[in-house]
Formats: sequence, C-alpha cells, structure tokens
Amino acid sequence: MSRTPLDTVEHAAATPDVELPWAELGLKKDEYERVVEILGRRPTGAELAMYSVMWSEHCSYKSSKVHLRQFGEKAPENDALLVGIGENAGVVDVGQGYAVTFKVESHNHPSYVEPYQGAATGVGGIVRDIIAMGARPVAVVDPLRFGAADHPDTKRVLPGVVAGIGGYGNCLGLPNIGGEVVFDACYQGNPLVNAGAIGVMRHEDIHLAKASGAGNKVILYGARTGGDGIGGASILASETFDDAKPSKRPAVQVGDPFQEKLLIECTLEAFKEKLVVGIQDLGAAGLSCATSELASNGSGGMRVTLDDVPLRDSTLSPEEILMSESQERMCAVVEPDKVDRFLEICDKWDVIATVIGEVTDGDRLEIFWHGGKIVDVDPRTVAHEGPTYERPYARPSWQDELQADDANKLPRPGTSDELKDQVLKLVGSPNQASKQWITQQYDHFVQGNTVLAQPEDSGMIRIDEASGLGVAIATDGNGRYAKLDPYTGAQLALAEAYRNVATTGAKPLAVSDCLNFGSPEDPAVMWQFAEAVRGLADGCQQLGTPVTGGNVSLYNQTGEAAIHPTPVVAVLGVIDDVARRTPVAFQEDGQLLYLLGDTREEFGGSAWSQVVHDHLGGLPPKVDLERERLLAEILISASRDGMIDSAHDLSDGGLIQAVVESALLGEKGARLVVPDGLDAFTFLFSESAGRAIVAVPRSEEVRFNDMCGARGLPATRVGVVDGDTVELQGEFALPLAELREAHEGTIPALLA
Amino acid sequence: MTARIGVVTFPGSLDDRDTQRAIRVAGAEPVALWHKDKDLKQVDAVVLCGGFSYGDYLRAGAIARFSPVMDTVIDQAKAGLPVLGICNGFQILTEAHLLPGGMLGNDHLHFICRDQKLRVENTDTAWTTDYSAGQEIHIPLKNMDGRYVADQRTLDELEAEGRVAFRYLDVNPNGSLNDIAGITNAAGNVVGLMPHPEHAVEPLIGTGRTDGLPFFTSILKKLVNA
Repeated sequence: MSRTPLDTVEHAAATPDVELPWAELGLKKDEYERVVEILGRRPTGAELAMYSVMWSEHCSYKSSKVHLRQFGEKAPENDALLVGIGENAGVVDVGQGYAVTFKVESHNHPSYVEPYQGAATGVGGIVRDIIAMGARPVAVVDPLRFGAADHPDTKRVLPGVVAGIGGYGNCLGLPNIGGEVVFDACYQGNPLVNAGAIGVMRHEDIHLAKASGAGNKVILYGARTGGDGIGGASILASETFDDAKPSKRPAVQVGDPFQEKLLIECTLEAFKEKLVVGIQDLGAAGLSCATSELASNGSGGMRVTLDDVPLRDSTLSPEEILMSESQERMCAVVEPDKVDRFLEICDKWDVIATVIGEVTDGDRLEIFWHGGKIVDVDPRTVAHEGPTYERPYARPSWQDELQADDANKLPRPGTSDELKDQVLKLVGSPNQASKQWITQQYDHFVQGNTVLAQPEDSGMIRIDEASGLGVAIATDGNGRYAKLDPYTGAQLALAEAYRNVATTGAKPLAVSDCLNFGSPEDPAVMWQFAEAVRGLADGCQQLGTPVTGGNVSLYNQTGEAAIHPTPVVAVLGVIDDVARRTPVAFQEDGQLLYLLGDTREEFGGSAWSQVVHDHLGGLPPKVDLERERLLAEILISASRDGMIDSAHDLSDGGLIQAVVESALLGEKGARLVVPDGLDAFTFLFSESAGRAIVAVPRSEEVRFNDMCGARGLPATRVGVVDGDTVELQGEFALPLAELREAHEGTIPALLA
Repeated sequence: MTARIGVVTFPGSLDDRDTQRAIRVAGAEPVALWHKDKDLKQVDAVVLCGGFSYGDYLRAGAIARFSPVMDTVIDQAKAGLPVLGICNGFQILTEAHLLPGGMLGNDHLHFICRDQKLRVENTDTAWTTDYSAGQEIHIPLKNMDGRYVADQRTLDELEAEGRVAFRYLDVNPNGSLNDIAGITNAAGNVVGLMPHPEHAVEPLIGTGRTDGLPFFTSILKKLVNA
C-alpha cells in the first residue's frame, strides 16, 4: 500500500478499483467480498488490516464456532457460574464472597518458531486475560506436549519453552503449580504449549470488556507499540508451516515480564480505587481487537486517534499499529473525572499511559491518523460478525482399522522377571518419568499460598488466610485416547482432571479447555474436533461442571500429518479448608492401601502399550461419569473426615505408576497383593478410568470401608505402606533407590 | 509492645506481601516501604525481599541499589539498623556494599526452585539467635543468579570471622563458593541469604516446614528486649 495519499475512508470511497492484498492477509475471496458488502465500499488499508486479523481462525473461531455452541446449549445448571463463555475468562463463585477466574490458552505455533519467547508471551497473554477480569493472578499451570523425547529438535524446543515459561512466570511472581509434559512423535513439528492461569477477586470487583458511557476516555497503557508480531494472529494461525515460504521468525512477539508485573500492580491499584469502567488486554490482533471488542460490547461507539499511541518505532504505518501484537499493553475505559487519578497510578508504577480516544454515543468505531479518518466501521461486524463455517466432517476411513488393532491382544509379560522389567521400563519412560528437572525451573512458592504443586494430582492455592478457603486446578489430556475415539478421549480428559481435583480433597466446580487439533479443512480432523467437543459438552453436562471459556488451536499439523486430537481440559475445584488437602506421598508405614473403583482389561492407548510395544490401537478405557462423580464424593468426604492420609488418581501407567510415585515422594515403600479376580499384569498396568488408590490409617479402616460400602463404591484392600521396596507379593520387589534412579534419571539424561 | 519491620517494594519485587505475612506470623508489625520514598517510617528493622527488582536488568540488584529508599537504608544499616536481604535483597545488599562479594548466574544456567537443606553457621546475628549452632534446616530456594562469589581474601576473612551465616548442605544448588548460602556483616546487623525463609513459616504452605520462622522471631525478640 502506498503511503501517499493516505488511504482514508473518503479516499477508499473515491477509488473503488484499488486492489488490496486481502489474500496475503489471510482472507478468502468471499470473506473479502463480505467486507466490501458490509462497508458498501472497498475497505481502507487500515480497515482491511482489522477485518483480516479479527476474522482469522485464531480470533474469530470461524471453523469451530458451530460446534462450540454446545458448551452453552448443554451447560448444566450451576449457581457458581458468575461470568460464562465470551468474556476474557469465565468467573466462578467459590464462596465467602470470593470469585475465581481461570482459563487455558494455546501458544503452539509461536513456541515452535521461537520456543523461549513463544512460551513466555503465552504466559503473559493468559495472565492479562485474568487481570482484565478484575482479578489478581495467583497461579499458572502449563500443559506441554513435545515430539519424541529423544528427537534432536526436542532438545531445542523443550528447554527453550521451559526457560520461557519460567523466565516470564517467575519474574511475574506467579507460582507454577501444575500442568503436564507429554512426548509423542505426532507433536514433532507442532509442539503444544498451553498456558493456564487462575485469578482471585471479590464478587464486586468483576470487570468486563466493554466501553460504555459517551465521553468516557479510552486509555492505552503499558509498553510502547512496536513492530513485533504484526500479522501474527492471522498468519500464524491461518496456515500450516510450509518450508517453501519465507521464515516467519519476525512474526513472534517478544515479552518483557518486568513490564507485565508493573502492569498487574498498576491495574489492580486502579481497580481498587474503582477507576475503571471497562477493560481489555491487548493480545492477538492488538489494538484492532481491543478497540473493536470494547466498542461492540458497550452501548456506544468509539473514536480513536492513532497518532497518540506511544510507539517504539516511529516508522510504523497505521495498519501496523492496529495489527501490532506488542506485549504488555492494556486498554481501559475511564470516566473523564477519574482520568487524572488513573494516570497518576500509572506514573507511580512507571507505566506509560495515554488517552487515545473516547466513547461516543454513535455506534461506529472511527479511527483517525494524521487528521484523516482511516477506519469507520460497525465494531460488531469486526469483532462478532465474522464468517462462520460449517466445515464438512467425516469419520476417517482408518478409524475402524485403528480400533480393530486391539491392544488387549498384545503379548504380555510371561514371568515375574519380565513383569518387573516392564515396571522399571514404564516408570522410567519419558512420559511416565519424573518431570522434576522441568518443574524445578518454575517458582512454586511465591505469594506464600501454595498448598500443593506438581507432581501432586492438582495444584492448590489458599485464597483466604483466616478460613483456609482454597482452590485447586488440574489439567489433563490424552491425545492417544482421543485418537482412538475422540468423543471418549475428551471425556477421559475431563474425567481425569475432575478426578485429580477430587483426589486432593477439592470439589470440582467448572471447566476450561484448550482444544488442539490439526487442520479444520481436513474432514477427518474436523470429525475429531466435532466428536471431542460433543464428548466434552455431554460430559460437562453430566458432571455438572460448566465450560466457562477456553481456546481452540487448529492447523497443528505438518504437511498432511495432523497431531493426535488433543483436547486439554482444566478443572477448577474449591476446598473449604486447605488443611484438609490430601497429598500424593505415602505418609506412614502400616497404612492400608485401598484401590477404589473397578479394574478391567483396558490397554488401548495405554502407557504400557506405548512403552513396551510402541503400539497405538484398540479402544480407550470406558468412561462412567456417574462412577467418577461417586468416586469424587468419596475422596472429598474421606479427606474432610480425616479417613485417608494420601491419595493418588490412577491414569496413564495404571496402578503401579501411581504406587511408585507415592512411594518415591513419601520415601516409603509398599507391599502389594494382587486382589482376587485379577491377574498381576492387569492389576499393575490397566488404565481403567474412575479409580484411585488411597492410604487409610488402620484406625479409620472400618469407617472408610463402611462409607464405601454404603455408597456402593468398590474398595479393595491391595496392600500396605511399608519398607523401602515396592513389592508385589510372589512376583518381585524393587528397591526405592532403583525405582528412583529409573524414574528421576530419564529426563535429565535426555535434556540436561 | 511489638516491633515494626519494614518491607521495601521495588518495581519487580515479588515476595513483599509474603514477607509481610511472615513478619505478622512471627508476631511483629509489617510496614510497607516504597522504593521512591527515602522515609523509612521509623521502622526498627528492614527486610529487602525477593523478586526481580527493575527486571534484574543490567545485573540483579544493580539498579535497586540506587533507589532513594536505599540511601536511607545504607546510612542506617551502617549505624546499626538490622537489615535482612533475601535473594534479590541479598543481591541488592552486595551491590550496595553492605555485604562483600557478589552473585553470578547459577553454574547450571537454569532457574532453580527446590527445598534446600542448610546449616546455620552463625547464631549471633540479629536475625539468627533463635537457631541453635549447627542446626540443619530446610528453606525453599529459587533463583537464577544465586552463585555467591568473592575474592580469596574476602572468603578467608568471612570464614575466619565466622561470617558465613548459612551453608548449603547435600547439594550446592548454584555453584556458590564454599557452599555459601548466606553471610553477615561484621557487626551482625546486616544479613543476606539466597534461600527464602519467608516461604517456610506456616506448616501447610510451600514445603510444609516452618524452618524459616526463627529469622523473624529472632529479630522480634532482639527488638522487643532492646
């Protein structure tokens, strides 16, 4: 686009035949034609920039929207939900006047291009979403997925991602309390870097992204606007990586956590003094997104003078300013008589703040540059009325064959020695091994409220010192299960996160999700997506835990090969008194180990089938959500009444994985006995859902058994906490030292 | 009567509220101090808490050392005001030359967060009288630039005068010389260490230990009995 003459609205109207680079900006032909139809003329360059970035897959959810509606349509009745889908993040009532906001987002593509900054700015973005709701951020979690652990590129991507998450989150003073690290060759060219955050506020402090009240000022504050990340949202999320195209390195943003820390403190101080009418963070699509969303959610219009935006690079064009994804910026709407005080607070924290516009009583978003009007649009058409696609979807032709390749028929260990060797191999495999080398690069302690952090089943934060009220969060996802059956796989992710929250003693309340899939233009991928969303929506309805918000990441594929469908589910729970939390570690010799739930021969997608046979086939474990709910109730009651001293959910790796983790964390061994009706192999490695293992003090055994019996939950005594080996009676005994070496040595050996 | 203990907030301070809580848990009164303010509000002692003051840009603690509040802290510390520097606070104290030596990046080049075992080597400082000599404690450690270094003469002097207040046990987490985790000035009023005692004051929180509480009860007793 030529800079002379300025492409104003008048100029655009007068020059209908000027060709604009809509295709380069990621718009399809019919999308561009729709823009022209909406405006009744060709768009200006600035308008095109806004539409293209706001109508990208990343910002508009154009391929996923028709499916995501189920989360609203099937939302269970839930009094706890204060703010639902559509805002920066959902808000849940946790009692005592407190509200909690939480959300998970993806920063997958940028993290592959530039692992450190991609991951760091992922943390920055999710934290700003939390602040924008009016909450003080209190914790972060990071579900991560990488290519094969021994692939050379993993050694480039993983350390960079981990350092980026630590470098940003640690510097913000946010404890990192949970998440996952999973390796699978399917993520080789498309690592999944999801980031979640939790914030806490009082009910009356909830803020929304809307610009209301004509005459109110629009204040941009935080970092100066630079050339970083221009077009990032539309370019990075709209196409797959392709070696033939030029490098996209410059499109990734660079973060400054110090600036973000100041932004947090100064925003919270402004909230405290009730200076803010509406607020929006600047993330993907930068000012285009913030101005159009604020304006379209409010009652009026908005007028913005782009010349007033503080710049890091004075050569930026207005289109670039509108699209820039420079980090650590926010936009607040403030009443005129409170502007001075708002600016004073920003000055106290050395944060640059500038009035760039005001709310008008019209219904247009008008943006000016050098005196000319370069944008004149109905903001709703930019922010909310983007294209919607009903993409074709079809069950993949290979699905039947995959499911027929039954993992239950794989050769099983024939001798005690083989069984023992497979246990060692399992607990030392990259996916099952200790992730301490990674998590010790994150601060778990800052803010002084961390009750539980990884490798516990859920992270737990105290939010009230006097009462001990706390919240717990767990994130889970299993792409292998979802590949075998996306509907069931999504429900298994939900069930596991729900179970993990309950295992620590907290009551599950609400759900956020990050849905990572391949290209929506592939009917097979679209089918996986549709099935996963349907499964998750049905599951949430049944468990009574509404989806409060989340994120969709599509185009996670390299060439024709998509990643495993990977719905990652975060469940938030509440606990009345964190003193009642249940840890994973064995606490005391002599305590009785009880297996809760039913164990079946279920090995499809299991860790055992992957580690021992490098196999993926068959069906994933069955889901019984009523059973999950009952198990959760038992775990919560047992925690509240002091009937159990430790508990661990059973999931990938099965019972033996859980027992080894509890033993190593508690530095106490266990003697196990195969219960009647099961063989040793199934007992150790089955991944049947709806199960947990708990340690019951002998004095509580009768009471605990009575409770499970009365409620109809199978509880089987399978051993005792004892000694310094993990022993399966009649089969093998593995010293803790040997298990520790296998479990804790793997990741440093691969990555350090 | 109780003691009033100031906690300085620099831009980028992270553990200021945690430190205030630890002071409260110990029974003293925390007083918030602001980096742009020279006034110490007549506190009886000061804690410089952890974090990334000024983003740790240039060098950890190097910019904070020139904050207006530090002018007063430096003057009063020299006159005997008890000052505790935790992590970034320790880095600021060395940058301010209230304590000798300095901190480099961890030898393994990663941020490290762990429950660290320490031995208390000096129980005569203003901040350590509630420990017993040689006591082994666990305190959370979390830093990027925690490798204590000093020239040989300084090290010899610190060792000879018993001014190494805390030493890492079992694991040296960052490559610090002589396993030094914390030191004191000759007068015993200024103490700095890398681990975070304010994260170990409540049985349920963090690692579940309260091994850090004696820092705050030590100073409280000293001030109340003064």
